[in-house]
Amino acid sequence: MKLALGPLLYYWPRQRTLDFYREVAAAPVDIVYLGETVCSRRHELRLPDWLDIGEQLTAAGKEVVLSSQTLIESESDLKTLRRIVEQARFRVEANDMAAVHLLAGSAGWVAGPSLNVFNPQTLALLVELGARRFVAAPEVSGDALSQLLAAHGEPLECEVFAYGRLPLAYSARCFTARHFNLQKDACEFRCIAFEDGLPLTTREGRPFLTINGIQTQSARIHNLLADLPALAGARVDVLRISPQAHHTAEIITLFADAVAGRGTARAAFDASRPLMTGEACNGFWYGRAGLDQTIA
Amino acid sequence: MSLELVCPAGSLPALKTAVDCGADCVYVGFKDATNARNFSGLNFDDKTMADGIAYAHGRGAKVLLALNTYPRSDNWAHWTRAVDKAAERGVDAVILADPGLMRYAAREHPQLRLHLSVQGSATSYEAINFYHEHFGIQRAVLPRVLSLAQVEQVIARTPVEIELFGFGGLCVMVEGRCALSAYATGESPNCNGACSPGRHVRWEQTDAGLEARVNGILVDRFAQQERAGYPTLCKGRFEVGGETYYAIEEPTSLNTLELLPQIAEMGVAAIKIEGRQRSPAYVGQVTRVWRQAIDRVLRDAQTFRPEAVWQKELAKISEGQSQTLGAYHRPWK
Repeated sequence: MKLALGPLLYYWPRQRTLDFYREVAAAPVDIVYLGETVCSRRHELRLPDWLDIGEQLTAAGKEVVLSSQTLIESESDLKTLRRIVEQARFRVEANDMAAVHLLAGSAGWVAGPSLNVFNPQTLALLVELGARRFVAAPEVSGDALSQLLAAHGEPLECEVFAYGRLPLAYSARCFTARHFNLQKDACEFRCIAFEDGLPLTTREGRPFLTINGIQTQSARIHNLLADLPALAGARVDVLRISPQAHHTAEIITLFADAVAGRGTARAAFDASRPLMTGEACNGFWYGRAGLDQTIA
Repeated sequence: MSLELVCPAGSLPALKTAVDCGADCVYVGFKDATNARNFSGLNFDDKTMADGIAYAHGRGAKVLLALNTYPRSDNWAHWTRAVDKAAERGVDAVILADPGLMRYAAREHPQLRLHLSVQGSATSYEAINFYHEHFGIQRAVLPRVLSLAQVEQVIARTPVEIELFGFGGLCVMVEGRCALSAYATGESPNCNGACSPGRHVRWEQTDAGLEARVNGILVDRFAQQERAGYPTLCKGRFEVGGETYYAIEEPTSLNTLELLPQIAEMGVAAIKIEGRQRSPAYVGQVTRVWRQAIDRVLRDAQTFRPEAVWQKELAKISEGQSQTLGAYHRPWK
């Protein structure tokens, strides 16, 4: 199994982002997804910066993929999308059907986790259009994924969201701006102050969600470290780790050691506990509520 | 200029009411997870579907069938059977979200008109044109995320008819891209046709107030004088940064009546009214108002003003008695 670092979902200051990817270059991860997938207003890094980072990571031996924005609203969003699709250097992860439309017929792109692939017929369609790897939507269970891959038959790389706060929803509205009583068009880029997003709890103080601009994430950390044997059994080829503000390299190392058989998956999960910012969950993998934690 | 009025029908009485009150189209679903309003007591079996289609067609109204959830490997055949039944029954169009199912429908029933559901999350002309080129869709329902100016851009760059939500419950998240309910309950709009489903809801009177929980998660707590609304996960009051408020969205309904002249003039093909889960009385009230408003705007968009009595009528049936222009009005974002 290979390890992938998913796109950075938060908005970090420029230097911090550059430093982060310098650290990633030395981490035992095989694939790195780059680019802004959440909000078109974020501008600390622009496409040429991401391409530069991509070159550095390629030189460090990583496979680099450029991820497209998930919610496309404006002509300017489409312009950015076209620039990503038209650059010939790196493969592209399509996170919207507009991206699929522009990539159709070109070979080797990645069908991203927001494309809603739930059945072999839709998967086959994307493969015919040139998808070489597909990232399962987080809500797809292990059993459903096994059935999907078995029915698809042909070899195809399958990636699963294995660690991080789950991307759960997208909106036209920015909930970070709303928290500060600002309109999105005048948001003052307040999300830059929240390196791991803005926690949302219930009125009895129970962590529930994480606000990240127009994206809503889980509060819990979806962590499949303890479930690695089941993932291998389900023919999963790539595990996606989603960047968090601290300890990302250590988490990657825990996954790398577990995948290589150095220690048990269970021990790796226990070692990850102090590195998590919240409780763990893995319910989606077991076909349950996503926030459930099932002991493997 | 033309503008179709597309009204919800969660039952045969609601369908008849919508048709009687002037709906150009009604949209319906089967009694199962093949549609995004898979609620108990709602929707159509074979008999009521046949009666409903006959009733609508006999009075010049169209029937659109929502098959807008995503089939999985193990239940695929159930969805294709639903497409087959729709074609056999002579519905005027099926509303689909899944590309695989769309390809099945286009191949097996080339005469069947295809609409792209809002659950397909197509928010740009590039996405809509994908479905047009591959499956020949003739209409797309836009997610409630674009401003009116952005809607106009879409219309200018696609041959596909555009249907807009005009009134009703407001999804603040991009439809088809929301797993909040799946995260909290295990049941998702995408695969189960359910959001914050009733069987996970518990109400409890406590010293702190009336509490509404979804699968144990406290979604809201109401003081004695407050009106307690349904605990849809995105419309609860939560704590963020020490403040308790509707962190995502208030309980509110979309109402675009005042935008109707612009909507009609930019070439929108149809206005959709949300609410298959609502009563026939709701369907009647909202259909009557929107029929009058659309007729008026088509006669003369320049002088169109929403009548106070229309707005009053719609306010009565709005969620939380409050209304919004949603994303069509940019500052909402």
